[in-house]
Amino acid sequence: MKRFIFLRLVNIIITLFIIATVTFFLMKLLPGSPFDEERLSKLSDEARLEFLAKYGLDQPVYVQYAKYIGSLIKGDLGISYYYKGQTVNALIKDRIGPSMLLGIQAVILGLSVGIILGIIAAYRHNTIWDYFTMLVAVLGVSIPNFVLAAILQFYVGLQWGLFPVAYWEGYQHTFLPTISLGVTVIAIIARFTRNEMLEVLQQDYILTAQSKGISECAVLIKHAIRNALIPVITILGPVFVSLLTGSLVIENIFSIPGIGSLFVDSIKMNDYTTIMGLTLFYSAFFILTILIVDLLYGIIDPRIRIHGRE
Amino acid sequence: MQNMKKKEVEIPAKMFKIVGRKEETLEEIKRSHLTGWQDGWLRLKQNKAAMISLFVLLMIVILSIIGPHVNTYTYQQTNYDAVYLEPNSDHWLGTDKFGRDQWTRLWEGTRISLYIAVLAALLDILIGITYGAISAFKGGKVDHMMQRIIEILVGIPNLIIIILLIMMMKPGITTIIIAMVITGWVNMARLVRGQIFKLKNAEYILAARALGADGRRIIIGHMLPNTLGIIIINMMFTIPSAIFTEAFLSFIGLGLQEPLASLGVLINDGFQAMRNHFYLLAFPSIVIVSLMVCFNLLADGLRDAFDPKMRN
Repeated sequence: MKRFIFLRLVNIIITLFIIATVTFFLMKLLPGSPFDEERLSKLSDEARLEFLAKYGLDQPVYVQYAKYIGSLIKGDLGISYYYKGQTVNALIKDRIGPSMLLGIQAVILGLSVGIILGIIAAYRHNTIWDYFTMLVAVLGVSIPNFVLAAILQFYVGLQWGLFPVAYWEGYQHTFLPTISLGVTVIAIIARFTRNEMLEVLQQDYILTAQSKGISECAVLIKHAIRNALIPVITILGPVFVSLLTGSLVIENIFSIPGIGSLFVDSIKMNDYTTIMGLTLFYSAFFILTILIVDLLYGIIDPRIRIHGRE
Repeated sequence: MQNMKKKEVEIPAKMFKIVGRKEETLEEIKRSHLTGWQDGWLRLKQNKAAMISLFVLLMIVILSIIGPHVNTYTYQQTNYDAVYLEPNSDHWLGTDKFGRDQWTRLWEGTRISLYIAVLAALLDILIGITYGAISAFKGGKVDHMMQRIIEILVGIPNLIIIILLIMMMKPGITTIIIAMVITGWVNMARLVRGQIFKLKNAEYILAARALGADGRRIIIGHMLPNTLGIIIINMMFTIPSAIFTEAFLSFIGLGLQEPLASLGVLINDGFQAMRNHFYLLAFPSIVIVSLMVCFNLLADGLRDAFDPKMRN
């Protein structure tokens, strides 16, 4: 177990190092510059050198690279080119709050509604409940979240005036974005729970429990649901990916000052250090999530201890 | 009981005739022989949702091919005297901010979106199969190395690589396809490798070998047909996600550039003008949702029909 975690951590560090290297050189290859070329050329040679030196751009690429990696090890992501005088760390720190809140709310919404729908669908297999759940599951993965967000914004926000359609000024402002993000999660979880539950309900130990005369409710809660929910942990990985992708576009649509909109903005502004910083941040977050999911799964399900897996 | 038995016996013995006992016909299979594909097709035909999806998909494909040509407008033709027209008898789906005909643009965009998605999925499969097959057949150190590479690639969020690649290259159809393929093949490679590994040790492969089948026959006759199902099913799931990715990129402004149309570009334009001209958002949204629903349902149907392990 310890060996496994150690190997995984080494793997993670190598992966992050490769990502840092690739993004760094990709950024150097990119056409265009984050600075206003015209204004830059008007500066005297001395002032221009000083300006470039401020961002470390006067040195050869390999020195820049070494410096970048050096500061990365200390956890410093550099200074933003676009947001004057701000470090990328500070930018992320300022913006992470709304993104985290939305992500957590969407996960809670998705898990609770998804699991309940999935259980009902399996328990009332081939009834209207089941068909309804499957409809939700298919529509949920099929409607792109930005289309859903736009339609919610139009009907719920603009036509009916129920919730604010943009900005980040209070708890009410989290409703529509959370729903837009959460529907995909509901769909993934509901479908998965239904299938797991259907399988569990066919097991012999359910028949045993029923034949012992335990009430239907107790069988469902104590024997079926418990076992059906364990594998749900495994799809938390794909769920986080969909949330991460979703946040990029949902935050933009609802004008939320989170890291998703920061990433899209920095792409439009050619803000290379911020792009690199966020790429690393996202990757690290993603990789750690998957590691935690794997470890959790091993802890919760005793049949799948780490060495038992391929 | 007694009475019943007596009644049954009342069949006269001369109605029976001796047909004999032929050793060779005893073990004969009486049902007509069905190949795996015929069997799968029979099952798919019984799946209403999948068949309706197939029909709707065909309609959308046909419309996306002939749609742009059924009226006189082209997708890039602007007309500043006719901007933001509601759907009418002349412009069936209205016009946008440059007075371009939305019917033409919608089907042109659908065609480009489908083209990107299908091509990306095909390339994914090509690279994925090659990589997965080499990895599985070579085994040992080669396999180990190839899997480490995949592990690193899997660790990086796909979308971020795609965004970085698109920033680097000139925006356009080819760029989007390349960016999607660079990240997309990994899944397929894993799938094919897993399947071939499983097949290598399967008992019917052993049986075929024991019966004297040579390597070529085993690969073409036994391994390929058993991998193809999974490949096609996975492709059916890849296409809708590629349609989504393309639309997503165009929506955040990294996709195709004007005046080219794709579903993502149209949805983005529609979103900008949504407040007063909702129809601009509605029609491309309907098409993209129908496409995604149909591909997903069809993929589900195919999996149920062709993957015996998924059968209940």
